[in-house]
Amino acid sequence: MADADVAVVGGGIVGMSVACGLVRSGLRVTVFDGDDRDLRASRGNFGLVWVQGKGYGLPDYARWTRRSATLWPDFALSLQEESGIDLQLSQPGGLFVCLTEAELEARAEMLVSLKADLGGEYPFDVLDHRTLAEYVPAIGPEVAGATFGPEDGHVNPLRLLRALHAVFKRRGGRLVGGVTVTGLNHPQGGGFRLSSDSGSWDAGKLVLAAGLGNLSLGPQVGLTVPVKPNRGQVLICERIPPFLDYPTGHVRQTGEGTVQLGDSKEDVGFNDGTTPEVMAAIAQRAVTMFPVLKGIRVVRAWGALRIMTADGFPVYQESGECAGAYAVTCHSGVTLAAAHAGPLADWIKTGSAPVGMASFSGERFHV
Amino acid sequence: MEDKRYDLAIIGAGPAGMAAASSAAGFGLRCLVIDEQPRPGGQIYRDTGHSPLANPDLLGPDYREGEVLAAEFGKAQMEYLSGAAVWHVDADGVVGLSREGRAWSVAARYILVATGAMERPCPIPGWTLPGVMTAGAGQILLKTSAMIPDGPIVLAGSGPLLFLVAWQYLNAGAEIVGFVETTSRANYLSALPFLPKALGAAEYLFKGLGYMKALRKARVPVFKGVADLRVEGDSKLEAISFSVGGKNKRIGCDTLLLHQGVVPNVQITRALGCEHIWDIRQVCWRPRLDDWGRTDSEKIYVAGDGGGIGGAAVAQIQGRLATLEIARHLNIIETAERDRLAAPHRVAMARHLRIRPFLDLLYRPTEVMRCPSDETIVCRCEEVTAGDIRSMVRMGCLGPNQTKSFGRPGMGPCQGRLCGLTVSEVIAAERGLPTAEVGYYRIRPPIKPITLGELAAFDAPEGKQK
Amino acid sequence: MFRRIPRRDDEESRSLVTIFIEGKPIQVPTGEMVAAAVLASGLGWVRSTPVSGAPRMPYCLMGVCFECLMEIDGVPNSQACMTRVREGMRVERQAGVRPLSEV
Ligand SMILES: Cc1cc2nc3c(=O)[nH]c(=O)nc-3n(C[C@H](O)[C@H](O)[C@H](O)COP(=O)(O)OP(=O)(O)OC[C@H]3O[C@@H](n4cnc5c(N)ncnc54)[C@H](O)[C@@H]3O)c2cc1C
Ligand SMILES: Cc1cc2nc3c(=O)[nH]c(=O)nc-3n(C[C@H](O)[C@H](O)[C@H](O)COP(=O)(O)OP(=O)(O)OC[C@H]3O[C@@H](n4cnc5c(N)ncnc54)[C@H](O)[C@@H]3O)c2cc1C
Ligand code: FES
Repeated sequence: MADADVAVVGGGIVGMSVACGLVRSGLRVTVFDGDDRDLRASRGNFGLVWVQGKGYGLPDYARWTRRSATLWPDFALSLQEESGIDLQLSQPGGLFVCLTEAELEARAEMLVSLKADLGGEYPFDVLDHRTLAEYVPAIGPEVAGATFGPEDGHVNPLRLLRALHAVFKRRGGRLVGGVTVTGLNHPQGGGFRLSSDSGSWDAGKLVLAAGLGNLSLGPQVGLTVPVKPNRGQVLICERIPPFLDYPTGHVRQTGEGTVQLGDSKEDVGFNDGTTPEVMAAIAQRAVTMFPVLKGIRVVRAWGALRIMTADGFPVYQESGECAGAYAVTCHSGVTLAAAHAGPLADWIKTGSAPVGMASFSGERFHV
Repeated sequence: MEDKRYDLAIIGAGPAGMAAASSAAGFGLRCLVIDEQPRPGGQIYRDTGHSPLANPDLLGPDYREGEVLAAEFGKAQMEYLSGAAVWHVDADGVVGLSREGRAWSVAARYILVATGAMERPCPIPGWTLPGVMTAGAGQILLKTSAMIPDGPIVLAGSGPLLFLVAWQYLNAGAEIVGFVETTSRANYLSALPFLPKALGAAEYLFKGLGYMKALRKARVPVFKGVADLRVEGDSKLEAISFSVGGKNKRIGCDTLLLHQGVVPNVQITRALGCEHIWDIRQVCWRPRLDDWGRTDSEKIYVAGDGGGIGGAAVAQIQGRLATLEIARHLNIIETAERDRLAAPHRVAMARHLRIRPFLDLLYRPTEVMRCPSDETIVCRCEEVTAGDIRSMVRMGCLGPNQTKSFGRPGMGPCQGRLCGLTVSEVIAAERGLPTAEVGYYRIRPPIKPITLGELAAFDAPEGKQK
Repeated sequence: MFRRIPRRDDEESRSLVTIFIEGKPIQVPTGEMVAAAVLASGLGWVRSTPVSGAPRMPYCLMGVCFECLMEIDGVPNSQACMTRVREGMRVERQAGVRPLSEV
């Protein structure tokens, strides 16, 4: 008998969300995860559950994102109840602050076009400086305005990861940590064999959720996952009293009271370092947005690598060559966690794909 | 184009940095020395020449030796920036500084990291209570402010500095009501084989014996081989309790000074991503260095206790050796000249180092100090206990970067300096692995906190775009 | 609490400044570390943690532990062991989370 009904490679937010969904429906699930120092987007992200602007150019992605945002409250509640960990989820709507009029105009135009793509069903507001100041009194005088998305929110991404691990374990899932899966085989009789330095395992189905690791794992089971790293630097500042009631695209106050500032988008390969120039640029934007932040201290900074496809959209696909092998990779794993634990996990369990999934096939890069 | 960079930027003006700067000036290097303290001296010679004590001799002759070094340093041709904290260093030689609310950067062809040591964390139950501080802290107050604790004092832990501070405190008229040593009997046995070698640097041993004699003479109650150290008190220290020879003991006191030896301050070399080695004898991390102090990063050198604990005399020598090698790379001296100049330093260094194996093994921290009981706070900033770390390991965390993201140890303002060693060791013990395999926190800049305003106004070095 | 022992009798060491610790004026030697002045003043704790509210005092005096965070001349979370006294300086405890003040 196989060691597991489903093997999930990757114990980041994406892998664990899918795994939690699968294990809930009674399957025997094993998650394989790498080393302490592995690249992990799940440990370095910004924690937004974000809808506005997502799916520009691919309406199915906008729908999928909104679906996840709608599923989030119940998803959070169930994780919270089972793990006792407060995820600090809050979905009060989010602001994308624009420093200049030109920035604001371009942003508004983009949202208008997205709304048209979605048949007019897409809520957002454009706020001028005055209205914005009513939402956030701390806003700086130089800021032009913001766009407001009522479906946006944020969560503590580290607590999310921890809760997913705790719940997965509680539901009887098995985690094999410190293992880098290198070989994937699809034997004649069906199922999959995963191998690594420290052993090999058999599973009925296979889910590849290894982040940037999917690039090399995918082709072994007939899946194309052309992902590239894209670096984001993030700063975190000391705890301060509540000053910002809404998450924004660049600054958010965490449940602990610390302030998180982000994030750059840099094409620098597998380098997850930080640079003072980019840190300074992030700080500049933040103090222009909120001058009251000038005096607070930066406690940490980091760089983390996004898992990006050329068009920025996810890859969800079942292998044609090796039925039962799935690739799951996306850039917004926090936002999509609820969808991954729900409809996506159901797809892997039952084999029937949710609507719109065809848009996310890796085959789209084969032109 | 003219190269505006310094030839050498030295971070730290302790014995290692001061000696290096003096040598560098001798070779005519354009050299910048940066230290966050207002005066040169480093830890051993803090405020040397400026101690407010009526009688600085009560600190012992070693402290006075700093005056000679500081005088040489004071005369050397170089730039010295005091009160400036280094918050960023990159492998190309750019150093990010912060001083009086302004952040900027300087560039140098070579960097010498001479940031010294810090005291090993002493996680015991209650160590966060007011009234508890490190022995080194108590010493700094004596050296730089001419003050000692009022009321009964207990010194607890192990290591040469604990004895030195007790002796200095007795000279200063402090009321020591207990000297509580955790050094185990087993340590004496494991250190004994290295005693003959240590006799090659006998002055260190004689000093130690002198301190012990002084404690006896002053009739300070001394307890040896104690275990189960615990601080008692609700909102402040009331007493220290421990077990010795199967009996429980409690000593009421107003001040408790803890110490367990010193460990390299590796913040900068860690942030640079240099390779670090777990030193099993000194039970700490140190950067991997070649014979001249060069790290695996071409332009970055380390001298002094920041590269492994050797003491002040060794630190000075290492500072001079690193400078010789840098002068060679700058084509100021030939290889043969470098080796000729280095030879006497190497002889002296080898002699000073003879004491180390003996001291390292004798004062090796005890198991519970390395892996404290579940109830003990390990991360003082975020208030995470050893038990919390262990439960995170049971949830699947393999190393300190995962426990950090699961439960915040190492995320507070001290950036893991006070918990990093303990967290790695607790995880290693829990997983049954060597600490070397478990690793350490990924340290990131800013390694000293700076404000957002400072960072926003930061001047990027020439040639780099924002 | 700390007490002072005999100091060198020269100008550098005799010169004093007045600072205010929790509003109380005290005279301390020019150039002294704020943390030292505070320890000598008998203030029982300098900060309470933003996590549990536990009281803390300076621990390392060399800038590595961040237990000495105080509000110094209106700047919250300043390291008292890395700051020198100045005439008229105001030193306050840092109770819990620092306030948000534009400096
Ligand atoms: C700076 C930044 C900000 C972001 N902000 C947001 C945000 O605000 N909102 C949002 O929704 N998303 C955000 N994201 C994206 C989000 O973090 C990622 O989508 C998500 O974390 C991806 O999770 P993952 O599990 O796919 O990948 P990872 O977290 O990278 O995990 C991959 C895992 O796979 C394991 N692995 C890899 N190869 C192997 C192998 N061969 N064998 C075994 N295990 C393997 C690794 O050990 C690792 O644990 C951000 C990302 C970055 C970098
Ligand atoms: C608290 C303490 C007290 C000690 N007392 C004694 C003693 O009395 N006798 C004894 O023999 N040994 C003592 N030691 C051991 C002593 O550290 C070494 O023997 C010796 O001082 C090592 O010299 P060094 O030059 O390597 O480093 P240090 O003397 O430690 O000098 C390092 C210097 O670097 C500076 N620095 C560090 N980080 C930064 C940064 N990011 N930016 C700017 N500057 C920075 C520091 O301010 C310091 O001045 C003590 C150690 C400690 C921690
Ligand atoms: S007392 Fe440790 S940082 Fe000030």
